[in-house]
Amino acid sequence: MAGLRAIGLRNRPAAGTVCRFPEDPGPCLMTTAERIFKSLRRNGLAAIPTVLVIVVLNFFLLKLAPGDAADVMAGESGAATEELMRQLRARFGLDLPVLGQLQAYLGGLAQGSLGFSPRYNMPVTDLILQRLPRTLTLMGFSLSIAIALGLLAGTVMALNAGRWPDRVLSVLTLLLYSVPGFWIGLMLIVLFSIKLGWLPSGGSETIASGRTGFDLFVDRLRHMILPALTLALFYVAVYARLTRAAVMEVAEQDYVRTARAKGLSAFAVGSRHVLRNALLPVTTLAGMHIGGILGGAVVVETVYSWPGLGRLAFEAVLRRDYNVLLGVLLLSSVLVILANMIVDMLQAWLDPRIEVR
Amino acid sequence: MKAGPVDASSPLLDVRDLTIAFGDTVRVRDLSFSVREAETVAIVGESGSGKSLTGLALMRLLPRSARIAGGAMAFMGRDLAVIDEPELRRLRGREIAMIFQEPMTSLNPVLTIGAQIAEVVTLHEGLSRSAARRRAIELLDRVRVPDPARRVDDYPHRLSGGMRQRVMIAMAVACGPRLLIADEPTTALDVTIQAQVLDLLDGLRRDLSMGLILVTHDLGVVGQWADRVVVMYAGTKVEEAPPGPVFADPRHPYTAGLLAASPRVGGGRSYRSGPLPEIPGNIASAVDEAGCSFAPRCPHAIASCRLARPPLVRVGEDRVAACPVVNVAEPAP
Repeated sequence: MAGLRAIGLRNRPAAGTVCRFPEDPGPCLMTTAERIFKSLRRNGLAAIPTVLVIVVLNFFLLKLAPGDAADVMAGESGAATEELMRQLRARFGLDLPVLGQLQAYLGGLAQGSLGFSPRYNMPVTDLILQRLPRTLTLMGFSLSIAIALGLLAGTVMALNAGRWPDRVLSVLTLLLYSVPGFWIGLMLIVLFSIKLGWLPSGGSETIASGRTGFDLFVDRLRHMILPALTLALFYVAVYARLTRAAVMEVAEQDYVRTARAKGLSAFAVGSRHVLRNALLPVTTLAGMHIGGILGGAVVVETVYSWPGLGRLAFEAVLRRDYNVLLGVLLLSSVLVILANMIVDMLQAWLDPRIEVR
Repeated sequence: MKAGPVDASSPLLDVRDLTIAFGDTVRVRDLSFSVREAETVAIVGESGSGKSLTGLALMRLLPRSARIAGGAMAFMGRDLAVIDEPELRRLRGREIAMIFQEPMTSLNPVLTIGAQIAEVVTLHEGLSRSAARRRAIELLDRVRVPDPARRVDDYPHRLSGGMRQRVMIAMAVACGPRLLIADEPTTALDVTIQAQVLDLLDGLRRDLSMGLILVTHDLGVVGQWADRVVVMYAGTKVEEAPPGPVFADPRHPYTAGLLAASPRVGGGRSYRSGPLPEIPGNIASAVDEAGCSFAPRCPHAIASCRLARPPLVRVGEDRVAACPVVNVAEPAP
């Protein structure tokens, strides 16, 4: 609540206000809203050339790989003539020279089109939009799990530094840190789906069950727990280690002693003064991890047959459906850039010392 | 323990034989002093003398590796050395407050100064959000922060060191404490700001009639603002007296050495007129000394100084010193 209030344009100095405190460097007080807006504008402008470079690089990288969609389709049908291959290539623009294809792709992009998928026989934009919500939900859920469990474990470790809860959790996080995601995924399936039978082993909801409303929500949640957990566990370890270090460092700061000198309880000191400052490095890292989580989603979605972008990308690679792959990669880069913008905004809100120039 | 009757003669704070140790290393040994209402007591000594530890011990804010190994700290009918955590939290910030040496790092960078001041009054007086905010503005005004209604929403990094120390003071006196501990409050500040901050503290002491413990290494500060001086060396009190007599006639070789090394007191001597005298050696040489801890650096030391710790003896009206060589103890009246 305090945060929402702080975002309001309180005490905004009128244009041309002269600073009354000569010892202040720079302009007069910048409100939280202004700081956030500035960070947004700077990031937004920087994003355009970044995305363009990513698209062009990806395009050439994919063209380096042997084979195209026509080859795969012909191979699958088992009886394709030269004539049919030529027709297929002409239809999807695959017969143009590479630079011509790039030009056509960028031209389509400028009009908001991501091209056409020969394989799915539908526009790539529609295909991606169909899959995007599933992947976003999965990512959001697993990132929430990772941050919540990570902060909790890290704080417990820091408060008990050197004693047994710290040691046990240290070993546990090290384990999570070093075990590959697909293996954890398979083991979770073995344990919770096969042995215990508590949770479904794949898919995103029970097919044709006719559930609606709350039932449907619970059903989807049950399907999401295992994949989200698989994706999250590595990051739980990362955030736990980071939180432990950050909390221990912040706890040594002079202002924490000041807070204790006020007579605040250990909980109030911890939540109001320590954790808020310790959150800063965690949010930075969490933002950088969005890209990694997207990459991890490819594996996890394949293991759990989760109908999301990751599996779409995986299938697109196998079928040389480069328009789809390019679209997924483009969207991923946009997601990462968006995530960075959100983190910058979050930081501008959390840390008043960040004043974007 | 039982609360004793409060009469005018009993001191506000009475520290008896306070001993602070890091593991087996004793850093403050058998320290006794008292603070009366509205009195300013300066604790003077060089780095490592244990003066800051003493201040932190009174708040029970010692570093985790340190502990109070003995002694009592009687304050308002309680012994600060033994009271439990909830009782301690009720006293901290309300009856006994502390300001620290480093105003740059002693404020939380992610909270507005108003929120940090309001936190104390909300906690101890249960004020509502808006009332606490109004109180914060009043307090900022009281410590002479210009334009307090606007500054209340500022973050610490927008303030200069002097302003931040004023905010620290506002936080400390927010609930009208009986005792304020100021741990080197002006060391990190510009000389021009130092006097302002000390004047402010002195005014608040008078208005709130609170006891003030001024931990410092600056004898100039002591001369102008303290009612009584406790000189510490390597964790022990070596001399205690009102500042006037101390400056005129130090009764311990360490005090004399400090005065000689200070450019401001001692008869118009300045760093321009030649090198200042210094006390040879350093405080680390006092570790594990069986006798007088100052003996290795003392120009007057005799063989017996190194054998036993010299006791504090009365050496005049309202003053004690721990040096049998330069003092012949006066008989008790």
